[in-house]
Amino acid sequence: MAAPLLDIEDLHVRLAAGRAARPVVDGVSLHVASGETVGLVGESGSGKSVTCRAVLGLLPRGAAATGAVRVDGSDVLAMSAARLRELRRHHVAMVFQDPRAAVNPIRRIGDFVTEGMRAAGVPREAALGRAEDLLESVGIRDPRTALRRYPHEFSGGMLQRVVIAAALAGEPRLLLADEPTTALDVTTQAEVVSILARLRAERAMGMLFVTHDLELAAAICDRVYVMYAGRIVEAQSADGLFARPRHPYTAGLLGATPRLGSELPPRAVPGRPVSLAEAPAGCAFAARCAHALPRCADEQPVQREVGGARVSCLRAEETADD
Amino acid sequence: MTEHVLQVEGLRKAFGGHVAVDDVSFSLRPGGSLAIVGESGSGKTTTARMLAGLERPDAGRIRVAGRDRSDAARGRAGRLARAREIQMVFQDPYLSLDPRVTVARCVEEPLRLHLGAGAREGRARRDELLARVGLGEREAAALPRQLSGGQRQRVALARALATAPKVLVLDEATTALDVSVQAQILELLAEIRRDTGVGYLFVTHDLALVRHVADDVLVLYEGRVVESGPTVEVLSAPRHPYTRLLLHSVPRRGWDPARIAADRRALATALREGPASSGAPHPNTNPPTRSVSP
Repeated sequence: MAAPLLDIEDLHVRLAAGRAARPVVDGVSLHVASGETVGLVGESGSGKSVTCRAVLGLLPRGAAATGAVRVDGSDVLAMSAARLRELRRHHVAMVFQDPRAAVNPIRRIGDFVTEGMRAAGVPREAALGRAEDLLESVGIRDPRTALRRYPHEFSGGMLQRVVIAAALAGEPRLLLADEPTTALDVTTQAEVVSILARLRAERAMGMLFVTHDLELAAAICDRVYVMYAGRIVEAQSADGLFARPRHPYTAGLLGATPRLGSELPPRAVPGRPVSLAEAPAGCAFAARCAHALPRCADEQPVQREVGGARVSCLRAEETADD
Repeated sequence: MTEHVLQVEGLRKAFGGHVAVDDVSFSLRPGGSLAIVGESGSGKTTTARMLAGLERPDAGRIRVAGRDRSDAARGRAGRLARAREIQMVFQDPYLSLDPRVTVARCVEEPLRLHLGAGAREGRARRDELLARVGLGEREAAALPRQLSGGQRQRVALARALATAPKVLVLDEATTALDVSVQAQILELLAEIRRDTGVGYLFVTHDLALVRHVADDVLVLYEGRVVESGPTVEVLSAPRHPYTRLLLHSVPRRGWDPARIAADRRALATALREGPASSGAPHPNTNPPTRSVSP
């Protein structure tokens, strides 16, 4: 089997010493193949965004990471500053949640979209021509005029398209999308997701889609990883995840999500999501789990294969038979 | 005419030349739950703010328990009396709670202001309210930043309930919460409605949520009501193309975002060129009667 496009192996991240020092990611392993859309789902404090940013070497100042984050076989964690620039320019691009925070409000759209190409030595005219094509490919009407406009002249949905166009300028093979539609209206979300899906297919990119929305992940992803308190608790195909969630947290999250097609009202999961630093020695979900046994709080579950899914739950085999 | 706790007729509000809310009518029965659904720019938040007295309507009537509040309230007592009847919970409790005020004082404030509660009586009622929303002594002594998002929204709810309002306006009140916590707040809201008979007005963009919290629904598009009726009917057999688009936009397995994107563009064109902008008549909507605008 060829090496996957993205291969994260046993990633641990610890924030810098001082008052905020704490572990935030604990033993995360995941992979994304070329042409694959993979979801990374979790609630606040689950470590999903930190994991995603580690792929670009974008960790908080002073944070310590161990393990390996390989893109096309090269370990991002071991890269020099020059190699990192090269990685961000040509191999991996990222789209963030808030497009207004991602662009410089006092520079023109054209400057923003061509910035990476110009830095890579593409002549100005050629870069502008290519930016026009990119804006057209994300559905911006009259792209030539758009290049001269400023960010405030665009709605959130339109600006997120501009950000996607700029992310594609370096022809990346891997696209990281960190809650790219969370700030958008529902109908706009559908439009931006359809653009991402089309471009991913056209360019045979791999995509890691980070979201808190299980339904959205299920709608667009081939496989889904579910994170809780800095660890991956379950990984399986999107279809399998919905038909047979294997981890009680995944099942709880599915039950708590209001659904159009369901007669059942959303069911609350008691307690609140904890961070890795607050988690007990054993399973971090134990305190909120209806299936927890006394040993769950002390014994760290080992991730293993159960019924076609990778699961970290001491009782996965028992509950799988229910 | 007083069977409705809240009646809104022909509400209109313009900012500069832009009409944000245009001839919006609806009513809420006591203890009922109505959802106002729309995207940004639909006028849903402006409508909510007019109900809570945070904006003055340019035209239209708002009646609460049969009493008209179209004109400005007369005097302090009048303003307070109105504020007691409709309370509001906002999306972000980080912004709506004073960061320097403890939870206990935050909940006591409306008790003192509205009910003139004495110190001892105020404390007792405060503890009752906090217990009602699932908060204890430890949380009462805390500042907002020491609480989780879900706990802060519980505080906002306790404070809103302090005046025993007839109507609670929930403006995207659970949107910012984690899914597992949102469900807790929804369960709490359902309990409170059952126990106190307060009516809810959910302002939201989330149709899946509406499905589970509202008896009736009102769909707004560019300031106008395009469809309204009992939630079950509107969601199972939407009549207006915009309602259908909103429904299709909710992500699920087998979802086809490319088709939604195409429908959305077609609809925007149709509605811009269609009768809606040429001043064609549209129904005076009054749930649970089913109605659709052209």
